[in-house]
Amino acid sequence: MKVLIAALLLMSAPAAAVLPDEMLADPALEARARTISRDLRCVVCQNQSIDDSDAPLARDLRLVVREQLTLGKSDTETIDYLVTRYGNFVLLKPPVEPATWALWLGPFAVLLGGGAALIAWNRRRSALPADIPLSESELAQVAALSQDETT
Amino acid sequence: MNRIVFLAPVIAFIALVGFFGIGLTKDPKELPSQLIDRPLPTFDLPGIAAAPGGGPGLASVTLKGEPALLNIFASWCAACPQEHPVLTRISAEGFPVYGIAWKDKPQDSRDWLTKWGNPYRATAADENGRTAIDLGVTGVPETFIVDKAGRVRFKQIGPISPEQWEATIKPLMAKLRAEA
Repeated sequence: MKVLIAALLLMSAPAAAVLPDEMLADPALEARARTISRDLRCVVCQNQSIDDSDAPLARDLRLVVREQLTLGKSDTETIDYLVTRYGNFVLLKPPVEPATWALWLGPFAVLLGGGAALIAWNRRRSALPADIPLSESELAQVAALSQDETT
Repeated sequence: MNRIVFLAPVIAFIALVGFFGIGLTKDPKELPSQLIDRPLPTFDLPGIAAAPGGGPGLASVTLKGEPALLNIFASWCAACPQEHPVLTRISAEGFPVYGIAWKDKPQDSRDWLTKWGNPYRATAADENGRTAIDLGVTGVPETFIVDKAGRVRFKQIGPISPEQWEATIKPLMAKLRAEA
């Protein structure tokens, strides 16, 4: 039974919006088209890839990806083709460039800053003498407090 | 010292809230056009009347020599009737307006223009939307302002309002006309 379920799960493919009539005859080319499509934003539905979206424009963009691949373009050239038309917005993963340095490096900067602050704080704490004997008045306070506890 | 240590995260949090607050006021659907100051992509489309009866199409070379508006519309577009009177007025004021019917059946585009009136000097049919992709179109209506040299200078996403025409686009057209 478990084997059967596992087999069924393996056979099922994730649901995508690609329709049979869009697919390329060459499986290798079609696989590349699918990979590229998953990283391209459907510009009208904003947070879906064109591979997931049923929007008519997403279908058009999928066809453009396949058209470019059929023309013998590389993956990068195909993606660039759409970037020149729709800008970086069409990429679901923003590229690393001066305008996005803060986005990409910000989290690491915060991590480094936080780590440095933590280390500095720890150093300062361990720089204090570890065992300071209690003063007379403190000893008296402790004695008074422990008296209260017992009563 | 201690006060600073405790206030710093609060201040950072308030700054972040402010940053995201500003972000929320912006419309994420308004994408900057990649075509600004670049030549209009080359296209040569059949007219909407191309199927039966004939009629001129529209090629990108037509939009050269004189500043013009290139309007992307469709008969199925809900905001287009709202923009239509403005286009009619622009056309009446002597500015060339060209139309591309996006993903629309030529017959439907023709019926639409018969119903509302035709403000376009020439209307092309982009039935499969291929030219629209070259233009970076994401919806209708959209309007490109093209200068004498055939370069895109401005892109309007959504309908042009009468106020916008008066305040922004008309002065821009006048400026483009004055350019050498």
